[in-house]
Amino acid sequence: MHMADALLSPAVGTTFWAGSLGIIAYCSKRLKNDINEKMVPLMGVLAAFIFAGQMINFTIPGTGSSGHIGGGMILAILLGPSAAFIAIASVLAIQSLFFADGGILALGCNIWNMGVYPCFVAYPLIYRTITRRDKTPGRIMIASMLSVIVALGLGSFSVVLQTLLSGRSELPFAAFAALMLPIHLAIAVGEGFITGGFVNYVRSVRPEIFDIVEGTGKLRESFSMKKVLISISLLVIITGGILSWFASTHPDGLEWSIEKIYGTAELPGHENGIVPKLKDIQEKTTILPDYDFAGKENRETAGTEKSWPAVNAGASVSGLLGSVMVIGLISIFGFVIRIFKRIRN
Amino acid sequence: MLTFDKEYFNIGYLDTLSYKDTFMHRIDPRIKLLTSLAFILLVISFPKYEISKMIPFLVFPVVILSIGDIPLIFILKKLLIVSPFALFVGIFNPILDTAPMYSIYGVGISGGWVSYFSIIMKFILTISTALLLIATTSFPGICIALEKLFVPKILVVQLLFLYRYLFVLAEETMRIVRARNMRTFGRKGQGMRVFIQIAGTLFVRTVERSERIYHAMCSRGFDGRIRMMKNFKPGFIDIIFAVVTITVFVILRKYDIAKILGDLILQ
Repeated sequence: MHMADALLSPAVGTTFWAGSLGIIAYCSKRLKNDINEKMVPLMGVLAAFIFAGQMINFTIPGTGSSGHIGGGMILAILLGPSAAFIAIASVLAIQSLFFADGGILALGCNIWNMGVYPCFVAYPLIYRTITRRDKTPGRIMIASMLSVIVALGLGSFSVVLQTLLSGRSELPFAAFAALMLPIHLAIAVGEGFITGGFVNYVRSVRPEIFDIVEGTGKLRESFSMKKVLISISLLVIITGGILSWFASTHPDGLEWSIEKIYGTAELPGHENGIVPKLKDIQEKTTILPDYDFAGKENRETAGTEKSWPAVNAGASVSGLLGSVMVIGLISIFGFVIRIFKRIRN
Repeated sequence: MLTFDKEYFNIGYLDTLSYKDTFMHRIDPRIKLLTSLAFILLVISFPKYEISKMIPFLVFPVVILSIGDIPLIFILKKLLIVSPFALFVGIFNPILDTAPMYSIYGVGISGGWVSYFSIIMKFILTISTALLLIATTSFPGICIALEKLFVPKILVVQLLFLYRYLFVLAEETMRIVRARNMRTFGRKGQGMRVFIQIAGTLFVRTVERSERIYHAMCSRGFDGRIRMMKNFKPGFIDIIFAVVTITVFVILRKYDIAKILGDLILQ
């Protein structure tokens, strides 16, 4: 479910980075105000615990294959939203750097997809509402199950949205959503069961641990739903605003501004289909009926009219030849550096 | 289990690589982080059907790899085992977009294949750069760079903590998993219920560990932030490095070197 760099456009990538960084700043400010330092090592060690938990495989009932947990919701329940968000961000950062899950630009999207939904949607709206009055094992199980389903559902849905807004993939909206959502629903049921079971287990074996976790910094009590809702909706409006501003000025905002700055006039295949589609959204307010169609049509007509820069055979052959040569030159360059270094040593 | 063993040792290996002492390793972490970010952003900014302009960008990872003395095979292996999400989503491009776009000696190539190769190219460039950044900078180095670049301190401290205890907890987990595997027969006993109990035990131990860590840190004067002994200052060479790489990126972004070369040969 990790979003990947290669599927992103700069506008989408940077927008979600901005959103995620904003929430990180918000969370760290909140934590600075009402955290005791005890929370700091606890957050670090619990994030490492999630990593460790991911190392333990278990068999998935009915399929015979094995899987591992994601753990975002567990962190949200144990640490409270702000601390959990920081912890999730750090887990994802390490995953993107060491395991190359996704990539550095996609990290913003990944933090958003896997952090915001469990911490600021599922936890306060679902988990806390259900378990507020009494925390029986049954209630905790139902609450965890529902919140994981919602968090993962929203997360995978925004992977779909980010991919489509970037316009790098040809997958139509409906098909992609139909592919992603059921898979993640199945994953969520398993993950929800484990989350609930885990919370209940820790509660029954060592209830005082929950007192430690819940007592630190009084995170629960000072948590104001209103503030979070307001800041989330503000963020959504700002993000949406920036995105549509970029998008409506030119096909791909940042792409366009980079072109502007560096002055490349012609850009082959620039019609990513985002402009016509975003306009469609604005006009009809329907959700992306068949995304990327306009882009394809544009391209097809461009191709038949021979205005497509590289359709004549000579040009594409020279492109291919040149590319092969460049790869050759770069490899030789790399080898020369290595040999030079070896000689010097 | 085996794969996770492997991945775990891979982290250790990346970490070992980052303690080498080459020109690349000595560059200021901030400079490396920022040039890598610029690189990734420029690569990602290429439109959907661009391939040839992206190929010269390979020079950046290759130079870091060669100067930094990082084994090529290791990076290639990592690229291969990395989550195939991009490749999986991208494979629909050739299926859905079949309009011919290029023809090379009469063989038509559809737009879908072109955009798929473009995605693969981007994938290779961005992921290898991210891995090389870690392999030449070390994780604490990146954390220092982040702190200097005004990332909230609590996140930086959190990252350092996580990194430090990752290895400790991973070892403990592997002991637990090994114990479970010794006591289970086939698939029996490896289900979710056992997992919950194992994870619960691990959690209890983890919290106790964090308490001990906290007490140990308190007695050594911990006040919520971690201080670094090393003081990084970007020197003359760092600035030259940044200027040269960014200029090269801009030139490569602007001119289609591959096509110019090809034209020269064909004429």
